[in-house]
Amino acid sequence: MDKPFIIAGKELKGRFLLGTGKFGSKEILRDTILQSGTQIVTVALRRIDLNLNEENILSYIPKGTILLTNTSGARNAKEAVRIARLAREAGYGNWIKIEVINDSKYLLPDNNETIKATEVLASEGFIILPYMHPDLYAARALVKAGAAAVMPLGSLIGSNLGLEMKMMIKILIDEIDEVPIIVDAGIGIPEHAKQAMELGADAVLVNTAVATATDPVKIAKAFAEAVITGRNNYLTKTADQSFMASASSPLTGYLHD
Amino acid sequence: MIEDLATKAKNLTRQYFGRAISLYAPIYISNYCDNHCLYCGFSQRHDIPRKKLSMTEIEKECQTLAATGLQNILILTGESRLQSPVSYIKEAVLAASRYFPNISLEIYPLETAEYHELFLAGADGVTIYQETYDREVYKRLHPAGKKRDYDYRYESPERIAQAGMRHLSLGILLGLTDWRQDLKALFAHLRNLEKKYPGVEYSLSFPRLQKVAGDANDYQPISDQEMMEIIATTRLMFPRVGINLSTRESAAFRDQIFEFGITKLSAGSSTKVGGYNDREGIGQFNINDKRSLNDVKEMLIKKGYDPVITDWRRIGNE
Repeated sequence: MDKPFIIAGKELKGRFLLGTGKFGSKEILRDTILQSGTQIVTVALRRIDLNLNEENILSYIPKGTILLTNTSGARNAKEAVRIARLAREAGYGNWIKIEVINDSKYLLPDNNETIKATEVLASEGFIILPYMHPDLYAARALVKAGAAAVMPLGSLIGSNLGLEMKMMIKILIDEIDEVPIIVDAGIGIPEHAKQAMELGADAVLVNTAVATATDPVKIAKAFAEAVITGRNNYLTKTADQSFMASASSPLTGYLHD
Repeated sequence: MIEDLATKAKNLTRQYFGRAISLYAPIYISNYCDNHCLYCGFSQRHDIPRKKLSMTEIEKECQTLAATGLQNILILTGESRLQSPVSYIKEAVLAASRYFPNISLEIYPLETAEYHELFLAGADGVTIYQETYDREVYKRLHPAGKKRDYDYRYESPERIAQAGMRHLSLGILLGLTDWRQDLKALFAHLRNLEKKYPGVEYSLSFPRLQKVAGDANDYQPISDQEMMEIIATTRLMFPRVGINLSTRESAAFRDQIFEFGITKLSAGSSTKVGGYNDREGIGQFNINDKRSLNDVKEMLIKKGYDPVITDWRRIGNE
């Protein structure tokens, strides 16, 4: 039996989170959410139309889905804090993915500013899921600041390169017990999602690879299945990985020579 | 070769920007200009009706444009500090910010503190074209006026970035000289800016020169295929940089080329001062894609793209 996947006291059904950017149409987005069974979707506040007309992205997100508003566009902690407060005032709940990016070429998150924003927002009662560069010190600081999960990047946003940061993510998984580790960014194919789960991640968040696929619904389902497979492999230790080489029968030499 | 280039550019654009195209429109608020750019219809040397909108007229333009649904706008003035001082532009930004969440400016080069003042007023981006990076050609085509100072213009993007602006749009006016040389210089300029100001979102524009009446200069026309080469090469060199395409290009050409690198299209545009309420007057350039915002949206949807209208929420610049 798997232990439940819980963020901030809320038990979640699935371990596959979906980003909503880059989709060709909002109808496709809605179908993808429904068909993949994802329970948490992240939406940039900047993309939500205040006027609530028929083009509003929120009207395409099925009821019962947890809205994780992200702070896309924030260049520092102050801006991230302001965006989060605006989201709450607008009635979008208090689940926030902090995304502080001050590098338009690589879109790498600024861990220092992310920690600062987490401190402020967590103290205001927000449920904070920070997107971060997988650095152990930063992860510990985020936990201390009150983050409800830690979301290290697998590789650069939109790169589809997979787990380029594998070893650093593994260290976070091994050392951070207080909150879930969700691999965000860079997951390009279902196999990458499976690998992340086999490594011991609690969940994965995918956007580009689904949104830009020729059949987003189909690939999202494949991702959701890969996440389950990866989780099962992890639980049954079929893919235990070590930083050190190990002989498959270490005692053979002694006993039978 | 060009096919391979185009395919790569299309794939990269889809990977980094998805199936989404942002839409915007310009608002011309003044066409007074102190410059003598030989290629431009708004140049000082042309005896054309000059107009500068009052704040009431600016509000009216905003209302009309906002009613179409657009949210991203570019406020433009001619380059006359006397006729359109920073205080006037600031008032215009404040007025427009009551209607639009996202405002960029295309104005004459300013000092850093002035750019910052406009940033605080609610402008998030600035567009400034070097026109050409060939100093000799630049000198010849800008015989007088403040714009003659190549270096002051070249250094403007740095001042804009230092002022805190989020978006910076650069460009060359295609046709002034050998585009390959200009493109190379533009890339070098951008690369340098990226390193110094990594937090800024950059975009590039490649307007093709439209010859104005009475201009006897020799230019180098750019073919559609060369345009494709320019856009695709830019995408390959800068996968995450935005590329804008204005309505000076025809509808047929825009529909065909946008997938190969474009991230932002203008739509339902007027390049006339006060043009959204008054159809009379002379625009800065001829509009060859006269479709409404809705028509452009429909075209994008038909091609499997999401027309992005809402792309920014004002968060208070400081």
